[in-house]
Amino acid sequence: MMLTGSEILMECLLREGVDVMFGYPGGAILPTYDAMTKYPQIHHVLVRHEQGASHMADGYARATGKVGVAIATSGPGATNLVTGMATAMMDSSPIVCITGQVPRAAIGSDAFQETDVTGVSLPVTKHNFLVMDLDELAWTVREAFHIARSGRPGPVLVDIPKDIQTASTEFVYPEGEIVLPGYQPRTTANEDELDAAARLINEAQRPIILAGHGILMSGAMDELLHLVERSGVPVALTLLGKGALPENHPLSLGMMGMHGTATSNHSIQQADLLIALGMRFDDRVTGNLATYSQHSRKIHVDIDPSEINKNVPVDVGIAGDLRTVITQLLPRIEKQQRVDWMARIRDWQEDDDERDILHHDTGDRLLGAQVINDLWLHTGGDAITVTDVGQHQMLEAQYYPHQRPSTLITSGGLGTMGFGFPAAMGAKFGLPDEEVWAIVGDGGFQMTMCELATAVQEKTNVNIAILNNAFLGMVRQWQEFFYEERYHATPMFNPDFCLFADAYGVPNMRVTKREQVEESVAFARSVQGPVLIEYVIEKEDIVYPMVPAGADLHAMIRRPKPGERENA
Amino acid sequence: MSDEIRTEQKVTLVTLVANRPGVLNRIASLFRRRNFNIDSLTVGRTHRQHVSRMTIVVDARLANVNIIAANLRKLVNVIEVRVVSDEPHVSRDLALIKVRTDDPESRNMVTEICERYPGRIVDMGVKVAIVEVTAHEAQVEAMIEEFRPIGIVEMVRTGVVAMGRGVRIQDTQYEPPIMRAGTRDNGVQQTIL
Repeated sequence: MMLTGSEILMECLLREGVDVMFGYPGGAILPTYDAMTKYPQIHHVLVRHEQGASHMADGYARATGKVGVAIATSGPGATNLVTGMATAMMDSSPIVCITGQVPRAAIGSDAFQETDVTGVSLPVTKHNFLVMDLDELAWTVREAFHIARSGRPGPVLVDIPKDIQTASTEFVYPEGEIVLPGYQPRTTANEDELDAAARLINEAQRPIILAGHGILMSGAMDELLHLVERSGVPVALTLLGKGALPENHPLSLGMMGMHGTATSNHSIQQADLLIALGMRFDDRVTGNLATYSQHSRKIHVDIDPSEINKNVPVDVGIAGDLRTVITQLLPRIEKQQRVDWMARIRDWQEDDDERDILHHDTGDRLLGAQVINDLWLHTGGDAITVTDVGQHQMLEAQYYPHQRPSTLITSGGLGTMGFGFPAAMGAKFGLPDEEVWAIVGDGGFQMTMCELATAVQEKTNVNIAILNNAFLGMVRQWQEFFYEERYHATPMFNPDFCLFADAYGVPNMRVTKREQVEESVAFARSVQGPVLIEYVIEKEDIVYPMVPAGADLHAMIRRPKPGERENA
Repeated sequence: MSDEIRTEQKVTLVTLVANRPGVLNRIASLFRRRNFNIDSLTVGRTHRQHVSRMTIVVDARLANVNIIAANLRKLVNVIEVRVVSDEPHVSRDLALIKVRTDDPESRNMVTEICERYPGRIVDMGVKVAIVEVTAHEAQVEAMIEEFRPIGIVEMVRTGVVAMGRGVRIQDTQYEPPIMRAGTRDNGVQQTIL
């Protein structure tokens, strides 16, 4: 069958199971947009900015575990994908970005809308391709999807010159196994590694498991639960690891790190064994490396060998797939209760409870923590929440416990403001039967709020919760703590978000009192298509606890107990 | 499991890579991005059509060699990485040194130095001569130091290439999958729009 390059691309996407792609047309990708008309099985979502397409593909991927696809034209279309690729790279999210390129003969001539996007995207992709031969196109697309979803997943870019898209060839789909000799991720642990790890776990007095995104990516939630219940080891979660263990489990200590629970951070600092599973000792979870968990032995299991001994030297490092490795490890683990260790942990938890803002009298003020807590309560704790970056993100992590894996989608590694809303739309495309909430701040929402038009056009049933404090809240918090309250470039003029929603014909509601939160959830649920709720919250609130950047993990700034002075 | 402390400063990695466009850029970009310092990097073809071979020398005091190797292995186009300086191996550096020979004394000194080192004069002019030396890096450096007082006017070095001794064979049967799958006669028309 004679097909054009564009048709071959679409045939390959079909065979990869692609049902939706997010993109924006332009000159160098037009042949492919034309070919799309022959492939109605793949729904194309027209975004308003290519960055939105990359985040939607990312949100789709994180919600479903399938590869998300974004497509854009050359030059500015391609460069607008870069933030999305960097976000996906840092959080190991499998996306494939397809870009048009100027015709081969024009490459290097500074042609109209020419950008060396394989060069630009090199450090922010797992791998990328410039297709210079039509015969290589089908294989390249297969390899791109394989690389994106296997091993440690990540973004892959395929750049296709316009003349490759228009040229025709006899198409035979290349069947057969993909063999990339330099790319064979190790999955299993050897006996020595397992024995060494099991011995440390069985002998430890004060062990703690640090569970990360890798648990979710490898689907090792059940295995982790077995390990936790057999070994009696409590679990602290990374931001992206939320959902790895149901947060109402008695051995779940909540999030670790800069805005983690004090209990998690104290447990890490006092531990005699860290069992790091699918996490990478990011500086936001370790604080000062020199004083990080100084008295513990360390086990680190990760699919990516280059993560082991990168930031924290470990005693036992195992490169492997978590589900496989934990399964291998389980028969070697002794059943234990760890009563003394848990008693110390319960003391820390009681102190945390006392300081919890929800247990304080805060008068008439509407606080972000209350909004998130009540959203959790009235959505039954079972929604898919997709956050942006900042105070609301940390409040979500603290006050919206997740019981199911992959129900919190957030930009952890790159901290990309503007991620939340488009990623929520992508998640909703992937899981149309789930209740999806974009929880965003007033700052981040304005970075990508142009996608509201996309949501209306697509009738995407996504609920937007804007926590509006008229500040870049997290930056303001840093200015309050570390820059003597010089609030420079953090107070925000904002549009009237409800009028903004009106302009798009989007139902909306403004919430100023805590009693209205329940009603707002009912209202959101009653609307088909996008709905926008603005929560006008306390302007100068602070997310506690906080480990200042670079400080010791135990040196947290704590919320005062009732009766104590503020910032004591 | 954790890395032993390395005392030697120079570590040599030999890397087999798929001979694809941009592969050198990928390696160079990795070293720049991760802030790894390259002492020298050489790249050249092998007896395999689709395989190139790189010899990379790094200063082990500045970076964890195992982390560098693990990061190299993550690159899709990298087929194999070996730290050859951990094993018996041969390493060679080639230098062309143009040195001043405009008086009889300097001419004699250059000739004499070439006799003591594995160097030879490959071009002798009235004012300058070119000396070629192929030897272990340390020997090349010692020879350069002897030429320095005479007057080096121009110099080029290839950087180190290395190979394990004996049956420590670093080779691959690699062929790009595209080559095996596709027909080469593709009938692509160059249409520029």
